[in-house]
Amino acid sequence: MSDKGKINEIAKELERWEKTTLPKWMGQRPERKSEFRNHSDTLIKRVYTPEDTKELDYMRDLGFPGEYPFTRGVHATMHRGRLWTMRQFSGYGTAEQTNQRFKYLLKEGETGLSIAFDYPTIRGYDSDNPLSKGEVGICGVAVASLKDMEVLFDGIPIDKVTTSMTINGPAAMLLAMYIALGDKQGVPRENLGGTTQNDMLKEFFAQKLIIFPPKPSLKLVTDIIEYCTRHVPRWNPISISGYHIREAGANAVQELAFTLYDGITYLESCLERGMKVDEFAPRLSFFFAAHNDLFEEIAKFRAARRIWAKIMKGRFHAKNLRSMWMRMHVQTAGFTLTAQQPLNNITRVTIQAVSAVLAGTQSLHTNSFDEALALPSEEAVRIALRTQQIIAHESGVANTIDPLAGSYYVENLTNEMEERAMEYFKKLDDMGGAIAAIERGFFQKEIADSAYKYQREVDGKKRILVGVNDYTTEEKYPIKVLRVDPKVEEEHVARLQKLKRERDNRKVNEVLEKLHYNTEKDENLMPTIIDAVKAYATIGEICGVLRKVYGEYKELIVI
Amino acid sequence: MPKTDKITRGVLAGDRRSIAKAITTIENNTAEAQKLVASIYPHTGKAHIIGLTGPSGSGKSTLIEKIIRKYRQKGKTVGVIAVDPTSPFTGGAFLGDRIRMQELSTDQGVFIRSMATRNYLGGIAKATKDAVKILDAAGKDVVIVETVGAGQSEVEIIKVAQTIVVLFAPGLGDEIQAIKAGIMEIADIFVVNKADRENADKAVLDIQAMLQLNTKEKTWKPPVLKTTALTGEGVPQLIEKIVGHRLFLEKELERKRSREKAEAELVEAIKEKVASSIIEELKKEGKLEELLQKILEKKMDPASIAEKLLNEEFKKQV
Amino acid sequence: MQSERKIRVLIAKPGLDSHDRGAKIIARALRDAGMEVIYTGLKQTPEQIVETALQEDVDVIGLSILSGAHKTLFPRIIQLLKEKDLTDVLVIAGGIIPEEDVAEMKELGIKEMFGPGTPTDKIVQFVFENVPKRT
Repeated sequence: MSDKGKINEIAKELERWEKTTLPKWMGQRPERKSEFRNHSDTLIKRVYTPEDTKELDYMRDLGFPGEYPFTRGVHATMHRGRLWTMRQFSGYGTAEQTNQRFKYLLKEGETGLSIAFDYPTIRGYDSDNPLSKGEVGICGVAVASLKDMEVLFDGIPIDKVTTSMTINGPAAMLLAMYIALGDKQGVPRENLGGTTQNDMLKEFFAQKLIIFPPKPSLKLVTDIIEYCTRHVPRWNPISISGYHIREAGANAVQELAFTLYDGITYLESCLERGMKVDEFAPRLSFFFAAHNDLFEEIAKFRAARRIWAKIMKGRFHAKNLRSMWMRMHVQTAGFTLTAQQPLNNITRVTIQAVSAVLAGTQSLHTNSFDEALALPSEEAVRIALRTQQIIAHESGVANTIDPLAGSYYVENLTNEMEERAMEYFKKLDDMGGAIAAIERGFFQKEIADSAYKYQREVDGKKRILVGVNDYTTEEKYPIKVLRVDPKVEEEHVARLQKLKRERDNRKVNEVLEKLHYNTEKDENLMPTIIDAVKAYATIGEICGVLRKVYGEYKELIVI
Repeated sequence: MPKTDKITRGVLAGDRRSIAKAITTIENNTAEAQKLVASIYPHTGKAHIIGLTGPSGSGKSTLIEKIIRKYRQKGKTVGVIAVDPTSPFTGGAFLGDRIRMQELSTDQGVFIRSMATRNYLGGIAKATKDAVKILDAAGKDVVIVETVGAGQSEVEIIKVAQTIVVLFAPGLGDEIQAIKAGIMEIADIFVVNKADRENADKAVLDIQAMLQLNTKEKTWKPPVLKTTALTGEGVPQLIEKIVGHRLFLEKELERKRSREKAEAELVEAIKEKVASSIIEELKKEGKLEELLQKILEKKMDPASIAEKLLNEEFKKQV
Repeated sequence: MQSERKIRVLIAKPGLDSHDRGAKIIARALRDAGMEVIYTGLKQTPEQIVETALQEDVDVIGLSILSGAHKTLFPRIIQLLKEKDLTDVLVIAGGIIPEEDVAEMKELGIKEMFGPGTPTDKIVQFVFENVPKRT
């Protein structure tokens, strides 16, 4: 019998099963819901059969790991060759405290560093700015100048470890500091490895840590990509992010579509700059969330790789295979973690982490169980790390590549997510691109509606959150919550002011003048910013110059 | 009513809490509101009332922020009423216009108030007008009314203003055609924002073309300006035109008053001349006493006598 | 003849925290419950929040903060409200505020704290029941 014939046979059998076997069970054990839908509104069938994947062509749609379209993975050996990087996002208080936390995590087995900066740093304000009062070192580490960066990495040779920096508005300044640090440690720039998030588009509609208006923001992003392509070739200059889009309330299809479309926009910006696609595309990296719906998340990651490969080949005519592969970092979804019965979060994080591993992530952060209460305590972050290690060494899931391939359900879901993402691309193209869509509030409305829908479902108990709207207990779990000593701010500010007095202020003023001039001339600002940080100009001072030229920007509110 | 008195005094002294309370009183449209408006009314008339409207995405709020800053630089005080629609389904409203002006909220020379269209018995336009009067009486040099140029009530709201500025931005769609005809007719100044965009110049030409089609003779020819609200480019020129429009209105008012005065004087002069010549004639013919007697004996009233005399006078002319 | 009196609520995000998912959901829910909601956007100083509350003559202030900076910002906001004679305004808060700080905040004058997982309807109900009666 031909393949098509076999599938028709199965379809007939399915009909028979639905008419004969199923009704008996529906009588005795009726289904829990009249309809099962995931949060992206995909209708989930009772059972999937070969009929659901009859259009699937193995070589065309899946291929082999390390080969186009990379659905099964970007490397031929994947986790069998090298486990994903265990990279825990960390930072709080002073540079010394975070330096200690880095060393602790490295000792406990994490394999890459990831810096969490405090709000003043992220927003481009110095720790002694009046707006920074009460916020210094509270949500992340305070870094105002190269001096802080030096302390942060004291005793950590940066040619031996890769560092991810979650920084967007002032990404150029933090990257410049890292490069300057490398120069000081004697590490050649070609050997510096790591990532700057540097993804401003999603700031405008999701994370909202905006400093400058859209056009200059995009320009700075492109400056960083261009500079790294030429001078810091092992560095991932951008981490095109869906995590924040998801956390803001988007569903999985929106996360997938909006992230990849941002990627398309950045590509176009770099090409407009005159770069050749195969020059810079290999170092573009991505960052997604891992949510609770195990199979939807796996399908999402696989669809992302395939769509990206097709876009790179078809829309941007990349020739280098490395331009087509999508390397990703994944973080388990913070929003899903609860303040109630916090230990349950360990279970949630495990499920989420497993989805990322099964789907072939290159790098993973697992949240700590006290996520909804405070910054991670040492114990909590260690458990989070152990979660990854148990998955890696005890569960067996990393011992084969893309085990879900061929699953009627997962392949069907992967295809559907790809289709729906492509529909969004068409819509966004018709709108005139990402910036036009941002100005119209398109992304913002999609996200706000999705977030509101989720909340209504929880309020109406259509969506159960264990410990929150069901299976609740009055008992409070006594947790030792990490608190940042308010003295941190005092000490840090004192040190900053000492630095400002003791550095060569004439040199600082000179370089800031030059920066102003180059900003107006529309030059690539990286070299000048590197000079500025080496003179110990501060983040606030450098951003201040750019603010003068570019102006400040306020988000468009859509509820 | 002591409460209203206290608020009135506060408003006239420029006290911000009183201004806020006064506007709330108007929003709740109580009997107190009428008394309040009546008591501050004599103190209004100084402020220049500017209306600013345009589709969402045109950069209205960003532009207003820049306009306010420019006026503040000139030492002027500014009030803003930002109007947003009330949901017909829930009766609630989301008032988000002040977001782009928030940095100015602590400037003691600026007062910003958000109003929802609600379901005012007098209509939102009246409520807005009364709120504007409050800010006027409180001493604000300029009061800006901001609304989204979408529905018919928005047209009514904006008519509250003396100078109406209509904003566009290129690339929002077929917005020039979509703008209500009512708005196009009453606009005093057109602004194409986001002037750094490709289609900005085309938008200017499109608007100028539409203005040509309007064959009504107007003494004020609405200018079409370009701005880039984000950087503030074009804003000084816009303010110039706004101030220019106010001067035009004052001259217009002056001209109108002078004309009215002249007409009144002419009427007086005609009255005088006609009356004196007819009375002279009656005296000469000896008929005056007879007519006066008829009036005293209530046999005929003065108006009917005057009419009869005039008719006879005109018959003589023919 | 009067038009209905509406409850006016100011939803504010003090400090540098940029998480606005919750604030926007609450704003929408309050609007859908018939209230007029003024949302200030992100990065508000205590001075800006209190000035806005004064100009908009609000009945309720809802503060949303997830950054941990409430220990510095909330006391300042309450102090300014006192200075501007806005003590009859209902002040509530939401976000991430450790259990051990809640009592302290309530003593300052924050009527109630609504942490992660609070049903939206509970907050709406609380506002209806606790909004100060105005003549």
